[in-house]
Amino acid sequence: MAEEMRLLLEHADKIDPRQAEDYIKVGGYKGLEKARQMNRKDLIQEVKSSGLRGRGGAGFNAGMKWSFVPPAPVKYVVCNLDEGEPGTYKDRIICEKNAQALLEGMAICGTAIESKQGYIYCRGEYPFVVELLNKAIQSAKAVGALGDFDIEVRMGAGAYVCGEETALIESIEGHRGEPRFKPPFPGVAGLWGVPTVVNNVETFAALPYILTKGAEWYASIGAPKYPGTKVLTLTGDVNNPTYFEVPTNYLLKDVIYKLGGGIKNGKKFKAVQVGGTSGAFIPEQNLNTSIDFDSMGAIGAALGSGAVLVLDETRDIVDIVTRISKFFEHESCGKCNPCREGTFRCREIMEKINAGRATEADINNILLLAKVMKRAALCGLGQAAPIPITSTIEHFGHEYRRKLLQYA
Amino acid sequence: MANYKDIINSLQDKQGGIIEAFHALQREYNYIPEEAITEAAKVFGVSQAQAYGVATFYSYLSVEKRGKYIIRMCESAPCHVAGADAVIRAIEKHLGIKVGETTADGKFTLELTECVGQCQATPVITVNSEPVFNVSAVKVPEILSAYK
Repeated sequence: MAEEMRLLLEHADKIDPRQAEDYIKVGGYKGLEKARQMNRKDLIQEVKSSGLRGRGGAGFNAGMKWSFVPPAPVKYVVCNLDEGEPGTYKDRIICEKNAQALLEGMAICGTAIESKQGYIYCRGEYPFVVELLNKAIQSAKAVGALGDFDIEVRMGAGAYVCGEETALIESIEGHRGEPRFKPPFPGVAGLWGVPTVVNNVETFAALPYILTKGAEWYASIGAPKYPGTKVLTLTGDVNNPTYFEVPTNYLLKDVIYKLGGGIKNGKKFKAVQVGGTSGAFIPEQNLNTSIDFDSMGAIGAALGSGAVLVLDETRDIVDIVTRISKFFEHESCGKCNPCREGTFRCREIMEKINAGRATEADINNILLLAKVMKRAALCGLGQAAPIPITSTIEHFGHEYRRKLLQYA
Repeated sequence: MANYKDIINSLQDKQGGIIEAFHALQREYNYIPEEAITEAAKVFGVSQAQAYGVATFYSYLSVEKRGKYIIRMCESAPCHVAGADAVIRAIEKHLGIKVGETTADGKFTLELTECVGQCQATPVITVNSEPVFNVSAVKVPEILSAYK
């Protein structure tokens, strides 16, 4: 198997994502129609049994998330379009190719949790996507496709941490994007303190297809425990650096060698980082792994956002991880100590190693620091920040050791 | 130029809309003037310190005056491996400024950024948020000459 499976992107470049009529011609808004005829419990059960799990990286069952929402007079549906993981642009592609499916998915969620208001939080790097979405919403409202469900687009302003759902909520409220302590989870007390479902663009955009084709059908695609398709973005040293939509049981080696066309300039493979800059680096012996959430977890990696960064044999892993450690120092919001100080020290030690001034003791220190951060940081940013470091020390330890003082 | 008070007031009904107001101000001035922060705090019912805290939290918002064109060089991992460092050096050399500075004529400001989500064509810079693809050191003079 080396074929793409286009579900969300089936009509890419054949329909205008701004135009609801275009989308309706290819079967759009039928899922929402069906959702509105169902009783809410059955609708949530349908989504639950489809097995759809969050595509933002956490992999939580979407229907389950919705089922935690208590009754309340006002509730919100929030779409996370803050994709800030370096190497990721799949949510932009989904909007640019099929924005109406996202709107329909949000309205389906609104039907399930009885919410009349949705927000799309779009990253500040995508002002042109904000414009596209506003036109798409206008068109959907004009043809009456969304019924009484309203959607407003809010723009972020360049903060990676706002991809964390509670930081995102803080940002929509007009505050600094600092994560909240959990619990309460947003499902209970989210935007402006009321029950709020936050899902990723790709999660919402899958819903119309689940409703029209059935939960059973969706559950049968790809990996049984993480069914459906996944949009991947391939970057780095491959011949074909672009986006693909594949079933979730697709093999990582096929992503690189079949879809990606193999390593550029006839060079050999060294490593691949999956899931964005917070992901683990994977060595060649683990490439025969399916990309789904659980299979990636089993090899100590994560599917994350679906970014795939491929490095050829000439790449300096320690240099790249040093750059990544600067990223986390820059993006740490500073609210909690383990992350604020930890990302700073990680960067400091990585620079020392990269400059050939470190000893084995520095490696031990950074591994200890990584343990503290993973356990003590408030949110996913600080918990995941050391993963590129620990995974490369594990699989590419020789690259670190040859930069240590005693070998210099 | 639109008055900063009009810009802020046009968004006053948006709950939590201070960030939207800051974006609108930047579209007009390319940065957020101090008096506009004071005004926004008043309109959105937060303290001046909180408004300033928001304005300085986000990397796309600036409280310092900037040039007409804001160049952002992505230095995240995919752009880094594609040669971002050489492009930064070339831009600095071409404009005669360092990262964080503005040219004497007020035309260009050079900033670093993390991933801008255009990783299909690395390295990437953005000029006033418009992405420019597959940038290389040799192409820098030609690319920048398009901005008058």
